[in-house]
Amino acid sequence: MRIGVYVCHCGGNISEVVNIDEVLNSLKNEHDVAFVKDHEHLCSKEGQEIIFNDIQEYKLDKITIAACSPQFQGPTFKTLMERAGLSPYLMEMANIREQSAWVHYDDHKKATDKAKELTKMAIAKVRYNEPLSKYSIDIGKRTLIIGAGIAGIQAALDLADSGIKVYLVEKDPSIGGHMAQLSRTFPTEDCSACILSPKMADVPENPNIELLTYGEIKDVSGYLGNFHITVNRKPTYVDAEKCTACGDCADVCPVELLNEYDGNLATRKAIYLPTKIAVPHSYVLDTEHCLGLNPLACGKCQEVCKADAINYDLYEEEIEFDVDTIIVATGFELFDAKEKPEYGFGKFKNVIDGMQMERIIVSSAEGNPLKDIGKKIAYIQCIGSRDKQIGRPYCSRICCMYAIKQANLLKKGMPDRDIYIFYIDIRAFGKGFEEYYNTAQENGVKFIRGKVAELMENPDTGKIIVKAEDTLNRQMIETEFDTVVLSVGIGPSKTTENISNMLKLARSSDGFLQEAHPKFKPVDTLVPGIFLAGTIQGPKDIPDTVSQASGSAARAIRLMNQGEYFFDPLLAFVDEEKCDGCGLCVDHCPYNAISMAGKTAEVNTAFCSGCGSCISYCPKDALDLHLYTNKQLLEQIKEAVINKGDEPRVLVFADDMTAYRLADNVGNAKGIYSPYSRIIKVPSSCRVTPKLLLQAFHYGADSVLILGTETKSSPYPHCQEEIERSVKIVHNILKENEISDKRLFNTTIVTVMIKKFSGIINTYTDLAKTLGPIPLEKREKLLKDLGKKIFGGSHE
Amino acid sequence: MSKMIDLSKEADEFLKKIEELSGEKITSCIQCGICSGSCPMINEMDLTPAQIMLMTLLGQKEELLKSKSIWICASCYTCTVRCPRELDLSKVAEALRQVKLRLSIDRIDINKMDKADLEELPPIALVSAFRKFTG
Amino acid sequence: MKIPYYPGCTLKTKAKNFERSSIAVAEMLGVELVELPKWNCCGVVHSLTSDDLIHHLAPIRNLVRVQEMNEEKLVEDEFRLVTLCSMCYNTLKRSNLRFIENYEEREKINSIMEREEDYKGNVKVVHFLEILRDIGYDKISDKIKKPLDKLKIAVYYGCNLLRPKEVGIDDPENPDILETLFESLGAEVTLFPYKKMCCGSYQTVLDKESVADLTYNILSNAKEHHAEIVVTSCPLCAFNLDNRQEIVRSKHSEFKAIPVVYFSQLMALAFGLNIEICGFDSNYISALPLLKKKGYLKNK
Repeated sequence: MRIGVYVCHCGGNISEVVNIDEVLNSLKNEHDVAFVKDHEHLCSKEGQEIIFNDIQEYKLDKITIAACSPQFQGPTFKTLMERAGLSPYLMEMANIREQSAWVHYDDHKKATDKAKELTKMAIAKVRYNEPLSKYSIDIGKRTLIIGAGIAGIQAALDLADSGIKVYLVEKDPSIGGHMAQLSRTFPTEDCSACILSPKMADVPENPNIELLTYGEIKDVSGYLGNFHITVNRKPTYVDAEKCTACGDCADVCPVELLNEYDGNLATRKAIYLPTKIAVPHSYVLDTEHCLGLNPLACGKCQEVCKADAINYDLYEEEIEFDVDTIIVATGFELFDAKEKPEYGFGKFKNVIDGMQMERIIVSSAEGNPLKDIGKKIAYIQCIGSRDKQIGRPYCSRICCMYAIKQANLLKKGMPDRDIYIFYIDIRAFGKGFEEYYNTAQENGVKFIRGKVAELMENPDTGKIIVKAEDTLNRQMIETEFDTVVLSVGIGPSKTTENISNMLKLARSSDGFLQEAHPKFKPVDTLVPGIFLAGTIQGPKDIPDTVSQASGSAARAIRLMNQGEYFFDPLLAFVDEEKCDGCGLCVDHCPYNAISMAGKTAEVNTAFCSGCGSCISYCPKDALDLHLYTNKQLLEQIKEAVINKGDEPRVLVFADDMTAYRLADNVGNAKGIYSPYSRIIKVPSSCRVTPKLLLQAFHYGADSVLILGTETKSSPYPHCQEEIERSVKIVHNILKENEISDKRLFNTTIVTVMIKKFSGIINTYTDLAKTLGPIPLEKREKLLKDLGKKIFGGSHE
Repeated sequence: MSKMIDLSKEADEFLKKIEELSGEKITSCIQCGICSGSCPMINEMDLTPAQIMLMTLLGQKEELLKSKSIWICASCYTCTVRCPRELDLSKVAEALRQVKLRLSIDRIDINKMDKADLEELPPIALVSAFRKFTG
Repeated sequence: MKIPYYPGCTLKTKAKNFERSSIAVAEMLGVELVELPKWNCCGVVHSLTSDDLIHHLAPIRNLVRVQEMNEEKLVEDEFRLVTLCSMCYNTLKRSNLRFIENYEEREKINSIMEREEDYKGNVKVVHFLEILRDIGYDKISDKIKKPLDKLKIAVYYGCNLLRPKEVGIDDPENPDILETLFESLGAEVTLFPYKKMCCGSYQTVLDKESVADLTYNILSNAKEHHAEIVVTSCPLCAFNLDNRQEIVRSKHSEFKAIPVVYFSQLMALAFGLNIEICGFDSNYISALPLLKKKGYLKNK
């Protein structure tokens, strides 16, 4: 075997801390290593050419690169391997930048020692790498879009125009979403309905779009190129083809209720047109409030309908279809200001929220105002945003601008209105926004810097008393207003929880769906073939939503145009010679990817997610996982602990999705932690088996940490339960051998917990120091009768 | 003429001291002023609660320790439950009071109190006042 | 049901009528408030600095007494400690939470206490209002002899019952436990936006003028909403809102006094208990003229 080893300076990022020469010297006599080289920038064209030529010239068959995190340049070097005619999986990277130079810059010697060992660990692993190929699946041109607000509509039209078959599912009876409710848009003051309605009208006209309104995603199964979708579609009891939207039915309907579309400021009937610009343009019967779909109970609407469009004998339909990709565009929910009772929303009639003001502005322009708002108006910003008290620490990004827009429109309508905006910070970050903010100031809107503390209602007049500090002037304000508008923020739509569970999408700490990478994959998710569009990913305004929707459409097209899709072969496999056909693994795979083929188990690669949890259940060591085999992990463990000398050793199994990335983030943030730690990347916490853990202690680890992803964000929701089971087994074995079970710790983290990461590593280093090394005789015993210890007697 | 503030090492040390005593991260304050708007004692105060936060951040020890506000705070926690950064201003006020009280500079002297008041006041008032106003 | 009970300083001295009426009301509902055999002042205010452990000793010692009562079988497996005073409630509960959550600090406190056994962190501090909520308002309604339906009552929470969040017995911005209680007693509970505004608390010692200003604002707000009587659950609020009306009246000649009573006093009245037990004559502004006018004292 000829392994070429390369050590990167990273333009000083590494070499200013790590002594590169020392690292090179320590490696050159390693078994199987053909030679070691260093370079200023291995990822540069020149660096790549050196590796490329070496592979040809020296007939190298494997490569180890000690440089940055594989999250960064891994793909570059994999492509290079392919170009040089080798399997991309015959290369391993040692992360000596994020895991050494950037976190141990306070101790160059320790950083150098660790860099040596990390590289040796990578060499130890690459020795057992196999020339695997990417595996591919066929992918067609069909997309499901969930949600038909402006994001869903834009993505649907872009895809359909590119020849993609689109299924557009909307939970409401009409498409259009929140944008259909708005008065005008900032900063240009276009009439929202006017610019939206032509787009809405295009949707049913497009032959490539199948519009499923009043539909709910009931189930999603399968994977990229082969998603199977079940949609439940509620009947509207009105045939949209026949309905002429004449409104006779609503005229005779005896049921009157508050109209949510108008912010509950107006009423509608039980049979109603969802909006004036509704698409499909048809009346809808709201069964929840209808007296009964029965001519005996009422039946007035059916009687009066000249088009004969109303039919009570309809039932919920279940529609099934297959798609290749999915775009989630389920949008936002306005913050319910009742959650902040100190502002009296829902109690004081002259306290309204921003959306109600939108409807008031629209209705006033139509000459029929929904409410008299008087002349003196106050806006309170950041209601339901930037507020930890209610678990919403983030900025909703649209409220400053919509308040400014409304103030401008109100001023335009009646210049002598006295309008005050109470703000914390005005965030006018978009194109033309600052200028628009200026316009408001020029229009005489008064901006007061201070968050209103509470509102009181004058019991006699109903006017609203505002209490706030003018923080720039350090004076208190207590004044009456005719109307107070709460500039409510936005949160992820109510369906998010359900959707994220169904599609196994991660959520960020603010509850919105998590993109695959905040900079470079802002519309991708970690699930291949599923993309995000619009406010479900985070608060944004209309232009950003539309750009993102077009972006997600383009990303989906890019995938589907390739016709096939390549995956890393992160797949479980069975060693048929070792498998005794016990079938334990079959029962424990949550993806139903393992079945019995004759006398041995077999993995269905289409369903295997690569979590590795099955391996813990195999008493015969017959199951394993490509890219992270038992042998590869064991060799890394041995390399990490055997030569520790007098130093303590904390072994960290870090899952790919969160913990490994967090370690990179800690590196980026230059957060220092104990140099006695060694991180081994695993695809998931549950890849770590009891046997590997015991081997780690056996070979000399003083403490072992398993860091994984929170269940709610994990692509492997069963993972924590599985690893906890394994940890329990090992804890018991440790205790039986009189070894403190504190030495093994499993927990979940999130990628932003930079301080916590360092804290955990340091705590367990201290613990390792306090407890001291495990005596050799105890360690020796750990691997005895392992099968019996882990699996009980039945398998021995 | 407006007053000059010196962003000195001592100023930073004072901030650190108050942060440690109070356990609150004063630099997290976004100066929204909701504390001041919520304060029932605001009419009696020379510095508003938000101002106290900013002045502590700037380490304006002298002005803070001679201010009336830190003694006026009644620890009613209205600001505590409203602060969008979940800062506990009552702890900051207590820390500022303690800086003074720990130098044995008491705010209250029982011997100088009005006899009739002492007769009238319930123990709950006297004990809490002594707890807040003596070192 | 026997529950350990912590009276605190003021209910034993200036506000005996609050205690007497509460104990009587509890008895009617089948609850025996068993006073801690030995107790010390809780300190009244929660110590807020991070380095100050010593002031938490007082509250914790009282919690140890609850452990002892259980060991001595004075109560049976009952680790709730009831208070009647909002300030005691707040101080005891906050210290309790701090030492339940922080093992190291608890060990430290335990090592300071020499004569006491260790505090194990198993006591739960509750306010009597919570006991009433647990008993159920239906059962409370069953005991009514004289429904309070002729009274317009404003309920006043003050601070220590509600804030900070972690010790509050109800939503700090939108509480309704007192409203529910008094509605179940038949009363008309008026709107009262200032019900959670601070009365000035201990500032009453050094600065009674500003406390009187607050009293004026709070009570005027209650009266604007047509309240005839104000109910409170804290002896210090009770003192400030009641006794400081003297200064209010001297400053605002138009201000008409309004009685401020403890919740248990009106409960005792509704339950038909002896008027002496209600103890209305000990309040500074007497509620008796109002109650007489409304016909509650006819039978005397």
